Amino acid sequence: MNDEVYTEILLDHYRSPRNYGSVENPSAQITEHNPLCGDTVHFSLKVEGGKIVDIKFVGQGCSISQGAASILTELVKGKSVAEVQAITDADFLKILGIRLGPNREKCALLSLNALKKAISTKNV
Amino acid sequence: MSVNPERLKKDFPIFSNNPDLIYLDNAATTQKPSSVIRAVSDYYATINSNVHRGVYKISEEATEMYEGSRKKVSEFIGAREPAEIVFLRNTTEAINLLSYTLGRKLKKGDEVLLTEMEHHSNLVPWYFLREAGIVIKFAKMKADFTLDYEDFQDKLNTRTVIASFTEVSNVLGTINDVRELSNMCRENSTISIVDAAQSVPHMSVDVRAIGCDFLAFSGHKMLAPAGIGVLYGRKDLLDRMHPFLGGGEMIGEVDYNGATYADVPWKFEAGTQNVEGAVGLSAAIDYLKSIGMDSVREHERSMIDHIFKIMDTIGDLRQFGPMDSGKRGGVFSFNIGDVKPFDLLNQSNTKFAISHSIHPHDLAAFLDRNNIAVRSGHHCAMPLMGRMGVSSTARVSPYIYNDERELDLFFDALSNCRKEMAR
Repeated sequence: MNDEVYTEILLDHYRSPRNYGSVENPSAQITEHNPLCGDTVHFSLKVEGGKIVDIKFVGQGCSISQGAASILTELVKGKSVAEVQAITDADFLKILGIRLGPNREKCALLSLNALKKAISTKNV
Repeated sequence: MSVNPERLKKDFPIFSNNPDLIYLDNAATTQKPSSVIRAVSDYYATINSNVHRGVYKISEEATEMYEGSRKKVSEFIGAREPAEIVFLRNTTEAINLLSYTLGRKLKKGDEVLLTEMEHHSNLVPWYFLREAGIVIKFAKMKADFTLDYEDFQDKLNTRTVIASFTEVSNVLGTINDVRELSNMCRENSTISIVDAAQSVPHMSVDVRAIGCDFLAFSGHKMLAPAGIGVLYGRKDLLDRMHPFLGGGEMIGEVDYNGATYADVPWKFEAGTQNVEGAVGLSAAIDYLKSIGMDSVREHERSMIDHIFKIMDTIGDLRQFGPMDSGKRGGVFSFNIGDVKPFDLLNQSNTKFAISHSIHPHDLAAFLDRNNIAVRSGHHCAMPLMGRMGVSSTARVSPYIYNDERELDLFFDALSNCRKEMAR
Protein backbone atom coordinates (compact mmCIF):
# COMPACT_ATOMS: atom_id res chain seq x y z
CA MET A 1 0.00 0.00 0.00
CA ASN A 2 1.01 3.49 -0.60
CA ASP A 3 0.99 6.39 1.79
CA GLU A 4 -1.35 8.36 -0.40
CA VAL A 5 -4.15 6.09 0.75
CA TYR A 6 -4.57 8.10 3.85
CA THR A 7 -5.00 11.51 2.37
CA GLU A 8 -6.01 13.96 5.01
CA ILE A 9 -9.28 14.67 3.22
CA LEU A 10 -10.34 11.04 3.17
CA LEU A 11 -9.39 10.53 6.79
CA ASP A 12 -11.20 13.69 7.77
CA HIS A 13 -14.37 12.44 6.11
CA TYR A 14 -13.91 9.11 7.85
CA ARG A 15 -13.51 10.71 11.25
CA SER A 16 -16.27 13.29 10.76
CA PRO A 17 -18.61 11.96 8.11
CA ARG A 18 -20.79 14.55 6.31
CA ASN A 19 -24.46 13.89 5.58
CA TYR A 20 -24.58 11.00 8.00
CA GLY A 21 -28.08 9.65 8.65
CA SER A 22 -31.24 8.97 6.67
CA VAL A 23 -33.40 11.22 4.49
CA GLU A 24 -37.08 11.13 5.40
CA ASN A 25 -39.46 9.89 2.71
CA PRO A 26 -36.62 9.15 0.29
CA SER A 27 -37.18 8.80 -3.46
CA ALA A 28 -34.68 5.99 -3.39
CA GLN A 29 -32.57 4.08 -0.92
CA ILE A 30 -30.12 1.25 -1.13
CA THR A 31 -27.90 -0.89 1.07
CA GLU A 32 -24.82 -2.40 -0.55
CA HIS A 33 -22.11 -4.63 0.85
CA ASN A 34 -18.59 -5.37 -0.17
CA PRO A 35 -18.35 -9.10 0.53
CA LEU A 36 -14.57 -8.92 0.43
CA CYS A 37 -14.26 -6.86 3.60
CA GLY A 38 -17.75 -6.63 4.95
CA ASP A 39 -18.02 -2.91 4.25
CA THR A 40 -21.60 -1.69 4.15
CA VAL A 41 -23.13 1.58 2.97
CA HIS A 42 -26.75 2.70 2.98
CA PHE A 43 -27.81 5.72 0.93
CA SER A 44 -31.17 7.47 1.10
CA LEU A 45 -31.85 10.35 -1.24
CA LYS A 46 -34.46 12.73 -2.51
CA VAL A 47 -34.72 13.49 -6.22
CA GLU A 48 -36.75 16.45 -7.49
CA GLY A 49 -36.94 17.48 -11.14
CA GLY A 50 -34.23 14.99 -12.03
CA LYS A 51 -31.85 16.48 -9.43
CA ILE A 52 -30.52 15.01 -6.21
CA VAL A 53 -31.71 17.61 -3.70
CA ASP A 54 -30.80 15.67 -0.57
CA ILE A 55 -28.70 12.62 0.21
CA LYS A 56 -27.52 10.95 3.39
CA PHE A 57 -25.62 7.79 4.21
CA VAL A 58 -24.97 5.46 7.07
CA GLY A 59 -22.43 2.70 7.02
CA GLN A 60 -19.89 0.51 8.65
CA GLY A 61 -16.48 -0.35 7.38
CA CYS A 62 -12.95 0.74 6.68
CA SER A 63 -11.80 4.34 6.35
CA ILE A 64 -11.72 4.13 2.57
CA SER A 65 -15.27 2.85 2.15
CA GLN A 66 -16.74 5.22 4.72
CA GLY A 67 -14.65 8.25 3.81
CA ALA A 68 -15.54 7.73 0.15
CA ALA A 69 -19.25 7.51 0.97
CA SER A 70 -19.09 10.82 2.80
CA ILE A 71 -17.15 12.50 -0.02
CA LEU A 72 -19.65 11.14 -2.54
CA THR A 73 -22.64 12.68 -0.76
CA GLU A 74 -21.02 16.11 -0.97
CA LEU A 75 -20.06 15.54 -4.58
CA VAL A 76 -23.50 14.61 -5.89
CA LYS A 77 -25.78 16.89 -3.93
CA GLY A 78 -27.33 19.30 -6.45
CA LYS A 79 -26.24 17.23 -9.44
CA SER A 80 -28.67 15.71 -11.93
CA VAL A 81 -29.21 11.97 -12.05
CA ALA A 82 -27.65 11.93 -15.52
CA GLU A 83 -24.55 13.75 -14.27
CA VAL A 84 -24.09 11.22 -11.48
CA GLN A 85 -24.54 8.29 -13.86
CA ALA A 86 -21.76 9.80 -15.96
CA ILE A 87 -19.18 9.71 -13.14
CA THR A 88 -16.75 6.91 -13.98
CA ASP A 89 -14.80 4.75 -11.54
CA ALA A 90 -11.63 6.50 -12.69
CA ASP A 91 -13.20 9.93 -12.10
CA PHE A 92 -14.17 9.05 -8.57
CA LEU A 93 -10.79 7.52 -7.68
CA LYS A 94 -9.19 10.72 -8.96
CA ILE A 95 -11.46 12.82 -6.77
CA LEU A 96 -10.56 10.66 -3.77
CA GLY A 97 -6.91 11.26 -4.62
CA ILE A 98 -5.84 7.74 -3.81
CA ARG A 99 -4.18 4.92 -5.64
CA LEU A 100 -5.21 1.47 -4.58
CA GLY A 101 -4.59 -2.15 -5.44
CA PRO A 102 -7.39 -4.15 -7.07
CA ASN A 103 -8.65 -5.53 -3.76
CA ARG A 104 -9.18 -2.27 -1.96
CA GLU A 105 -10.42 -0.43 -5.01
CA LYS A 106 -13.67 -2.24 -4.27
CA CYS A 107 -13.86 -0.44 -0.92
CA ALA A 108 -13.44 2.92 -2.63
CA LEU A 109 -15.97 2.24 -5.38
CA LEU A 110 -18.65 0.59 -3.24
CA SER A 111 -20.46 3.91 -2.71
CA LEU A 112 -20.43 5.09 -6.29
CA ASN A 113 -21.73 1.76 -7.55
CA ALA A 114 -24.42 1.67 -4.87
CA LEU A 115 -25.59 5.18 -5.64
CA LYS A 116 -25.72 4.59 -9.39
CA LYS A 117 -27.78 1.48 -8.76
CA ALA A 118 -30.15 3.40 -6.50
CA ILE A 119 -30.82 6.15 -9.04
CA SER A 120 -31.31 3.76 -11.92
CA THR A 121 -34.60 2.58 -10.42
CA LYS A 122 -37.77 3.78 -12.10
CA ASN A 123 -39.03 5.96 -9.27
CA VAL A 124 -36.29 8.59 -9.56
CA MET B 1 14.46 -30.54 18.47
CA SER B 2 13.22 -27.01 18.79
CA VAL B 3 12.50 -24.81 15.83
CA ASN B 4 15.11 -22.20 14.90
CA PRO B 5 13.19 -19.61 12.85
CA GLU B 6 16.29 -17.55 12.11
CA ARG B 7 17.97 -20.53 10.48
CA LEU B 8 14.85 -21.85 8.71
CA LYS B 9 14.19 -18.44 7.20
CA LYS B 10 17.31 -18.85 5.07
CA ASP B 11 15.62 -21.78 3.33
CA PHE B 12 12.86 -19.52 1.99
CA PRO B 13 13.86 -17.34 -0.98
CA ILE B 14 10.90 -15.00 -0.44
CA PHE B 15 12.68 -13.63 2.61
CA SER B 16 15.96 -12.93 0.83
CA ASN B 17 13.95 -11.22 -1.92
CA ASN B 18 11.94 -9.25 0.68
CA PRO B 19 14.39 -8.85 3.56
CA ASP B 20 12.04 -6.68 5.62
CA LEU B 21 8.94 -8.82 5.15
CA ILE B 22 7.26 -10.06 8.29
CA TYR B 23 4.85 -12.63 6.95
CA LEU B 24 2.10 -13.47 9.42
CA ASP B 25 -0.63 -14.81 7.13
CA ASN B 26 0.28 -18.48 7.17
CA ALA B 27 -3.25 -19.70 7.80
CA ALA B 28 -4.00 -18.32 4.32
CA THR B 29 -0.95 -19.79 2.63
CA THR B 30 2.65 -20.51 3.60
CA GLN B 31 5.87 -19.58 1.88
CA LYS B 32 7.86 -22.21 -0.02
CA PRO B 33 11.35 -23.46 0.85
CA SER B 34 14.01 -23.82 -1.87
CA SER B 35 13.77 -27.60 -1.64
CA VAL B 36 10.12 -27.49 -2.74
CA ILE B 37 10.72 -24.94 -5.48
CA ARG B 38 13.67 -27.01 -6.68
CA ALA B 39 11.67 -30.26 -6.64
CA VAL B 40 9.03 -28.72 -8.90
CA SER B 41 11.56 -27.10 -11.19
CA ASP B 42 13.67 -30.29 -11.37
CA TYR B 43 10.58 -32.27 -12.26
CA TYR B 44 9.93 -29.98 -15.22
CA ALA B 45 13.57 -29.95 -16.21
CA THR B 46 14.15 -33.69 -16.08
CA ILE B 47 11.14 -36.01 -16.33
CA ASN B 48 8.07 -33.92 -17.21
CA SER B 49 5.55 -36.22 -18.93
CA ASN B 50 2.04 -37.51 -18.44
CA VAL B 51 1.75 -40.19 -15.79
CA HIS B 52 0.17 -43.65 -15.95
CA ARG B 53 -0.15 -43.68 -19.74
CA GLY B 54 3.28 -43.41 -21.30
CA VAL B 55 5.29 -46.61 -21.72
CA TYR B 56 8.50 -44.69 -22.20
CA LYS B 57 11.17 -44.01 -19.61
CA ILE B 58 10.43 -40.53 -18.32
CA SER B 59 6.73 -41.28 -18.05
CA GLU B 60 7.53 -44.35 -15.96
CA GLU B 61 9.76 -42.17 -13.77
CA ALA B 62 7.13 -39.48 -13.43
CA THR B 63 4.55 -42.13 -12.49
CA GLU B 64 6.92 -43.51 -9.87
CA MET B 65 7.40 -40.03 -8.40
CA TYR B 66 3.67 -39.33 -8.39
CA GLU B 67 2.82 -42.62 -6.72
CA GLY B 68 5.80 -42.18 -4.41
CA SER B 69 4.29 -38.89 -3.24
CA ARG B 70 1.04 -40.67 -2.56
CA LYS B 71 2.88 -43.20 -0.42
CA LYS B 72 4.66 -40.43 1.46
CA VAL B 73 1.40 -38.63 2.18
CA SER B 74 -0.22 -41.85 3.33
CA GLU B 75 2.61 -42.49 5.80
CA PHE B 76 2.66 -38.86 6.93
CA ILE B 77 -0.96 -39.01 8.13
CA GLY B 78 -0.97 -42.67 9.15
CA ALA B 79 -3.27 -44.08 6.46
CA ARG B 80 -3.41 -47.87 6.05
CA GLU B 81 -2.30 -47.80 2.42
CA PRO B 82 -1.57 -45.31 -0.38
CA ALA B 83 -4.88 -46.21 -2.06
CA GLU B 84 -6.60 -44.23 0.70
CA ILE B 85 -5.00 -41.01 -0.58
CA VAL B 86 -6.75 -39.14 -3.38
CA PHE B 87 -4.90 -36.20 -4.92
CA LEU B 88 -7.02 -33.23 -5.86
CA ARG B 89 -6.73 -29.46 -5.84
CA ASN B 90 -7.34 -28.57 -2.23
CA THR B 91 -9.56 -29.02 0.81
CA THR B 92 -12.38 -27.18 -0.93
CA GLU B 93 -12.39 -29.65 -3.79
CA ALA B 94 -12.20 -32.58 -1.38
CA ILE B 95 -15.30 -31.45 0.50
CA ASN B 96 -17.13 -30.76 -2.73
CA LEU B 97 -16.26 -34.29 -3.84
CA LEU B 98 -17.69 -35.70 -0.62
CA SER B 99 -20.81 -33.56 -0.73
CA TYR B 100 -21.43 -34.64 -4.33
CA THR B 101 -20.69 -38.35 -4.04
CA LEU B 102 -22.03 -39.00 -0.54
CA GLY B 103 -24.89 -36.60 -1.18
CA ARG B 104 -26.18 -38.77 -4.03
CA LYS B 105 -27.25 -41.36 -1.48
CA LEU B 106 -29.04 -39.00 0.89
CA LYS B 107 -32.81 -38.76 1.04
CA LYS B 108 -35.12 -35.90 1.92
CA GLY B 109 -35.06 -35.33 5.66
CA ASP B 110 -31.60 -36.84 6.15
CA GLU B 111 -29.27 -34.64 8.18
CA VAL B 112 -25.72 -33.33 7.87
CA LEU B 113 -24.15 -32.07 11.09
CA LEU B 114 -21.56 -29.27 10.92
CA THR B 115 -20.30 -26.84 13.56
CA GLU B 116 -20.70 -23.09 13.95
CA MET B 117 -16.99 -22.56 13.39
CA GLU B 118 -16.64 -23.91 9.85
CA HIS B 119 -14.95 -22.27 6.88
CA HIS B 120 -17.18 -21.56 3.88
CA SER B 121 -15.56 -24.56 2.19
CA ASN B 122 -17.11 -26.83 4.81
CA LEU B 123 -20.47 -25.05 4.65
CA VAL B 124 -21.42 -24.16 1.10
CA PRO B 125 -20.84 -27.62 -0.48
CA TRP B 126 -23.28 -29.04 2.09
CA TYR B 127 -25.77 -26.20 1.53
CA PHE B 128 -26.10 -27.50 -2.05
CA LEU B 129 -27.81 -30.58 -0.57
CA ARG B 130 -30.60 -28.45 0.85
CA GLU B 131 -32.08 -28.37 -2.65
CA ALA B 132 -32.79 -32.09 -2.21
CA GLY B 133 -34.43 -31.57 1.19
CA ILE B 134 -31.38 -32.47 3.27
CA VAL B 135 -31.32 -30.73 6.66
CA ILE B 136 -28.09 -29.01 7.76
CA LYS B 137 -27.51 -28.65 11.50
CA PHE B 138 -24.79 -26.85 13.42
CA ALA B 139 -23.19 -27.81 16.71
CA LYS B 140 -22.81 -24.69 18.83
CA MET B 141 -19.70 -22.82 19.83
CA LYS B 142 -19.42 -21.91 23.52
CA ALA B 143 -18.63 -18.46 24.90
CA ASP B 144 -14.98 -19.47 25.40
CA PHE B 145 -14.74 -20.19 21.64
CA THR B 146 -14.59 -23.95 22.11
CA LEU B 147 -17.01 -26.42 20.60
CA ASP B 148 -20.02 -27.52 22.63
CA TYR B 149 -19.49 -31.30 22.55
CA GLU B 150 -22.79 -31.96 24.32
CA ASP B 151 -24.64 -30.03 21.68
CA PHE B 152 -22.79 -32.01 19.00
CA GLN B 153 -23.83 -35.24 20.69
CA ASP B 154 -27.44 -34.01 21.08
CA LYS B 155 -27.66 -33.14 17.41
CA LEU B 156 -26.41 -36.55 16.28
CA ASN B 157 -29.55 -38.58 15.74
CA THR B 158 -30.83 -41.45 13.63
CA ARG B 159 -31.17 -39.14 10.63
CA THR B 160 -27.60 -37.80 10.81
CA VAL B 161 -25.86 -39.47 7.87
CA ILE B 162 -22.80 -37.23 7.71
CA ALA B 163 -20.91 -35.01 10.16
CA SER B 164 -18.16 -32.72 8.93
CA PHE B 165 -16.05 -30.62 11.28
CA THR B 166 -12.81 -28.69 11.40
CA GLU B 167 -9.85 -29.86 13.47
CA VAL B 168 -8.48 -26.33 13.90
CA SER B 169 -10.61 -23.23 13.29
CA ASN B 170 -8.99 -20.84 10.81
CA VAL B 171 -10.49 -17.91 12.73
CA LEU B 172 -10.32 -18.90 16.39
CA GLY B 173 -7.43 -21.34 16.38
CA THR B 174 -9.65 -23.63 18.47
CA ILE B 175 -8.38 -27.21 18.34
CA ASN B 176 -11.32 -29.58 18.29
CA ASP B 177 -11.01 -33.05 19.72
CA VAL B 178 -11.72 -34.75 16.40
CA ARG B 179 -11.01 -38.14 17.90
CA GLU B 180 -13.87 -37.67 20.34
CA LEU B 181 -16.14 -36.29 17.62
CA SER B 182 -15.30 -39.19 15.28
CA ASN B 183 -16.07 -41.60 18.13
CA MET B 184 -19.47 -40.06 18.64
CA CYS B 185 -20.09 -40.36 14.91
CA ARG B 186 -19.03 -44.00 14.77
CA GLU B 187 -21.30 -44.93 17.65
CA ASN B 188 -24.14 -43.27 15.79
CA SER B 189 -23.19 -44.87 12.42
CA THR B 190 -22.59 -41.40 11.03
CA ILE B 191 -19.89 -40.77 8.43
CA SER B 192 -17.20 -38.49 9.92
CA ILE B 193 -15.25 -35.94 7.87
CA VAL B 194 -12.38 -33.86 9.27
CA ASP B 195 -11.42 -30.54 7.67
CA ALA B 196 -7.70 -30.68 8.44
CA ALA B 197 -6.61 -27.69 6.35
CA GLN B 198 -5.37 -25.92 9.50
CA SER B 199 -4.10 -28.97 11.40
CA VAL B 200 -2.01 -31.18 9.10
CA PRO B 201 0.44 -28.30 8.37
CA HIS B 202 0.85 -27.51 12.05
CA MET B 203 0.74 -30.67 14.16
CA SER B 204 1.06 -34.37 13.99
CA VAL B 205 -2.13 -35.90 12.56
CA ASP B 206 -2.84 -39.63 12.46
CA VAL B 207 -6.05 -40.63 10.71
CA ARG B 208 -6.19 -44.03 12.33
CA ALA B 209 -5.74 -42.60 15.81
CA ILE B 210 -8.50 -40.09 15.04
CA GLY B 211 -10.70 -42.84 13.64
CA CYS B 212 -12.41 -40.58 11.11
CA ASP B 213 -13.81 -41.81 7.80
CA PHE B 214 -12.48 -38.92 5.70
CA LEU B 215 -9.97 -36.10 6.18
CA ALA B 216 -8.92 -33.34 3.82
CA PHE B 217 -6.09 -30.81 3.59
CA SER B 218 -4.32 -28.47 1.17
CA GLY B 219 -0.68 -28.51 0.10
CA HIS B 220 -0.21 -24.76 -0.18
CA LYS B 221 -0.82 -24.25 3.55
CA MET B 222 2.07 -26.63 4.33
CA LEU B 223 4.95 -25.28 2.22
CA ALA B 224 3.84 -27.09 -0.97
CA PRO B 225 2.64 -25.49 -4.21
CA ALA B 226 -0.95 -24.37 -4.67
CA GLY B 227 -3.24 -26.67 -6.63
CA ILE B 228 -2.39 -29.89 -4.85
CA GLY B 229 -4.53 -31.18 -2.02
CA VAL B 230 -5.39 -34.45 -0.37
CA LEU B 231 -8.49 -36.38 0.48
CA TYR B 232 -7.94 -39.30 2.81
CA GLY B 233 -10.77 -41.81 2.81
CA ARG B 234 -11.25 -45.24 4.31
CA LYS B 235 -10.62 -47.66 1.46
CA ASP B 236 -13.88 -49.62 1.88
CA LEU B 237 -15.85 -46.36 1.71
CA LEU B 238 -13.95 -44.99 -1.29
CA ASP B 239 -14.52 -48.31 -3.08
CA ARG B 240 -18.27 -48.00 -2.70
CA MET B 241 -18.47 -44.34 -3.71
CA HIS B 242 -19.54 -42.97 -7.06
CA PRO B 243 -16.82 -41.04 -8.94
CA PHE B 244 -16.79 -37.25 -8.81
CA LEU B 245 -15.32 -35.92 -12.05
CA GLY B 246 -15.59 -38.12 -15.14
CA GLY B 247 -12.95 -38.18 -17.86
CA GLY B 248 -9.64 -39.66 -18.83
CA GLU B 249 -7.59 -41.73 -16.39
CA MET B 250 -10.50 -42.52 -14.07
CA ILE B 251 -12.03 -45.25 -16.24
CA GLY B 252 -11.70 -48.98 -16.62
CA GLU B 253 -13.32 -49.39 -20.01
CA VAL B 254 -15.57 -47.15 -22.06
CA ASP B 255 -17.89 -48.04 -24.93
CA TYR B 256 -20.89 -46.25 -26.42
CA ASN B 257 -23.16 -47.79 -23.83
CA GLY B 258 -21.25 -46.74 -20.75
CA ALA B 259 -18.09 -46.97 -18.70
CA THR B 260 -16.52 -48.88 -15.87
CA TYR B 261 -14.28 -47.08 -13.44
CA ALA B 262 -10.68 -47.42 -12.37
CA ASP B 263 -9.80 -48.69 -8.92
CA VAL B 264 -9.44 -46.39 -5.95
CA PRO B 265 -7.79 -43.86 -5.76
CA TRP B 266 -7.50 -43.31 -9.53
CA LYS B 267 -11.30 -43.49 -9.85
CA PHE B 268 -11.31 -40.01 -8.31
CA GLU B 269 -8.47 -38.57 -10.38
CA ALA B 270 -9.94 -37.68 -13.75
CA GLY B 271 -7.85 -35.91 -16.35
CA THR B 272 -4.16 -35.12 -16.33
CA GLN B 273 -3.04 -34.75 -12.75
CA ASN B 274 -0.97 -32.09 -10.99
CA VAL B 275 2.11 -34.30 -10.85
CA GLU B 276 4.49 -31.42 -10.17
CA GLY B 277 2.24 -30.40 -7.28
CA ALA B 278 2.41 -33.89 -5.80
CA VAL B 279 6.18 -33.85 -6.20
CA GLY B 280 6.31 -30.47 -4.43
CA LEU B 281 4.07 -31.79 -1.66
CA SER B 282 6.41 -34.71 -1.17
CA ALA B 283 9.36 -32.33 -0.78
CA ALA B 284 7.34 -30.21 1.64
CA ILE B 285 6.60 -33.26 3.78
CA ASP B 286 10.31 -34.12 3.81
CA TYR B 287 11.07 -30.59 4.97
CA LEU B 288 8.45 -30.68 7.73
CA LYS B 289 9.56 -34.15 8.85
CA SER B 290 13.12 -32.90 9.17
CA ILE B 291 11.84 -30.39 11.71
CA GLY B 292 9.33 -32.75 13.29
CA MET B 293 5.62 -32.02 13.54
CA ASP B 294 5.71 -32.00 17.32
CA SER B 295 8.38 -29.28 17.19
CA VAL B 296 6.29 -27.29 14.70
CA ARG B 297 3.34 -27.50 17.08
CA GLU B 298 5.49 -26.59 20.08
CA HIS B 299 6.88 -23.55 18.25
CA GLU B 300 3.45 -22.25 17.30
CA ARG B 301 2.28 -22.77 20.83
CA SER B 302 5.17 -20.67 22.11
CA MET B 303 4.26 -17.97 19.55
CA ILE B 304 0.69 -17.87 20.87
CA ASP B 305 1.94 -17.80 24.46
CA HIS B 306 4.14 -14.85 23.56
CA ILE B 307 1.17 -13.03 22.04
CA PHE B 308 -0.89 -13.72 25.18
CA LYS B 309 1.92 -12.18 27.22
CA ILE B 310 2.09 -8.90 25.30
CA MET B 311 -1.43 -8.42 23.94
CA ASP B 312 -2.56 -6.42 26.95
CA THR B 313 -0.15 -3.62 26.01
CA ILE B 314 -2.67 -2.65 23.32
CA GLY B 315 -5.69 -0.86 24.72
CA ASP B 316 -9.10 -1.93 23.42
CA LEU B 317 -7.70 -5.15 21.96
CA ARG B 318 -10.33 -7.83 21.80
CA GLN B 319 -9.17 -11.32 20.89
CA PHE B 320 -11.27 -14.23 19.64
CA GLY B 321 -10.17 -17.71 20.63
CA PRO B 322 -9.49 -20.00 23.60
CA MET B 323 -7.06 -18.42 26.06
CA ASP B 324 -5.31 -21.77 26.57
CA SER B 325 -2.48 -22.29 24.08
CA GLY B 326 -2.80 -26.03 24.66
CA LYS B 327 -6.18 -25.92 23.00
CA ARG B 328 -5.26 -23.42 20.36
CA GLY B 329 -3.41 -23.63 17.06
CA GLY B 330 -1.22 -20.81 15.77
CA VAL B 331 -4.06 -18.45 14.94
CA PHE B 332 -4.76 -15.12 16.64
CA SER B 333 -7.81 -13.13 15.54
CA PHE B 334 -8.46 -9.76 17.11
CA ASN B 335 -9.96 -6.33 16.73
CA ILE B 336 -9.13 -2.95 18.16
CA GLY B 337 -12.40 -1.79 19.65
CA ASP B 338 -15.79 -3.04 18.65
CA VAL B 339 -16.06 -3.77 14.93
CA LYS B 340 -19.79 -4.33 14.79
CA PRO B 341 -21.82 -5.70 11.95
CA PHE B 342 -23.96 -3.22 10.06
CA ASP B 343 -27.39 -2.60 11.53
CA LEU B 344 -29.44 -0.19 9.42
CA LEU B 345 -32.17 0.56 11.92
CA ASN B 346 -29.78 1.18 14.75
CA GLN B 347 -27.36 3.18 12.64
CA SER B 348 -30.00 5.40 11.05
CA ASN B 349 -31.56 6.33 14.34
CA THR B 350 -28.42 7.38 16.08
CA LYS B 351 -26.23 10.28 15.23
CA PHE B 352 -22.76 9.27 14.07
CA ALA B 353 -20.89 8.25 17.16
CA ILE B 354 -17.16 8.49 17.56
CA SER B 355 -15.85 5.03 18.27
CA HIS B 356 -12.35 3.96 19.11
CA SER B 357 -12.42 0.98 16.83
CA ILE B 358 -10.10 0.55 13.89
CA HIS B 359 -11.48 -1.38 10.98
CA PRO B 360 -9.36 -4.51 10.34
CA HIS B 361 -8.72 -3.45 6.76
CA ASP B 362 -7.27 -0.12 7.87
CA LEU B 363 -5.22 -1.97 10.39
CA ALA B 364 -3.87 -4.42 7.82
CA ALA B 365 -3.10 -1.57 5.41
CA PHE B 366 -1.26 0.30 8.15
CA LEU B 367 0.74 -2.79 9.13
CA ASP B 368 1.62 -3.29 5.48
CA ARG B 369 3.41 0.06 5.55
CA ASN B 370 5.64 -1.61 8.14
CA ASN B 371 6.07 -4.65 5.86
CA ILE B 372 3.92 -6.76 8.12
CA ALA B 373 1.48 -9.02 6.28
CA VAL B 374 -1.64 -9.93 8.25
CA ARG B 375 -5.09 -10.98 7.10
CA SER B 376 -8.23 -8.92 7.61
CA GLY B 377 -11.83 -9.65 6.75
CA HIS B 378 -14.29 -12.43 7.46
CA HIS B 379 -11.76 -15.21 6.76
CA CYS B 380 -14.30 -17.14 4.70
CA ALA B 381 -16.36 -17.69 7.84
CA MET B 382 -19.19 -15.16 7.62
CA PRO B 383 -21.65 -17.14 9.78
CA LEU B 384 -19.02 -17.38 12.52
CA MET B 385 -18.40 -13.61 12.31
CA GLY B 386 -22.12 -13.17 12.94
CA ARG B 387 -21.95 -15.46 15.97
CA MET B 388 -19.00 -13.45 17.29
CA GLY B 389 -20.93 -10.21 16.82
CA VAL B 390 -18.36 -8.64 14.50
CA SER B 391 -18.26 -7.81 10.81
CA SER B 392 -14.64 -8.85 10.45
CA THR B 393 -11.39 -9.30 12.32
CA ALA B 394 -7.67 -9.00 11.78
CA ARG B 395 -5.73 -12.25 12.02
CA VAL B 396 -2.15 -13.17 12.71
CA SER B 397 -1.00 -16.73 12.03
CA PRO B 398 2.70 -17.44 12.66
CA TYR B 399 4.60 -20.42 11.32
CA ILE B 400 8.03 -22.03 11.59
CA TYR B 401 9.94 -19.03 10.20
CA ASN B 402 8.39 -16.45 12.54
CA ASP B 403 9.94 -15.54 15.86
CA GLU B 404 9.20 -13.50 18.97
CA ARG B 405 11.09 -10.49 17.64
CA GLU B 406 8.67 -10.31 14.70
CA LEU B 407 5.69 -10.54 17.03
CA ASP B 408 7.15 -7.70 19.10
CA LEU B 409 7.55 -5.58 15.95
CA PHE B 410 3.98 -6.42 15.03
CA PHE B 411 2.70 -5.23 18.40
CA ASP B 412 4.81 -2.05 18.17
CA ALA B 413 3.25 -1.30 14.79
CA LEU B 414 -0.18 -2.08 16.20
CA SER B 415 0.37 0.41 18.96
CA ASN B 416 1.41 3.12 16.46
CA CYS B 417 -1.56 2.29 14.29
CA ARG B 418 -3.88 2.81 17.22
CA LYS B 419 -2.40 6.25 17.86
CA GLU B 420 -2.76 7.32 14.22
CA MET B 421 -5.94 5.67 13.06
CA ALA B 422 -8.38 5.63 15.95
CA ARG B 423 -11.23 8.03 15.53
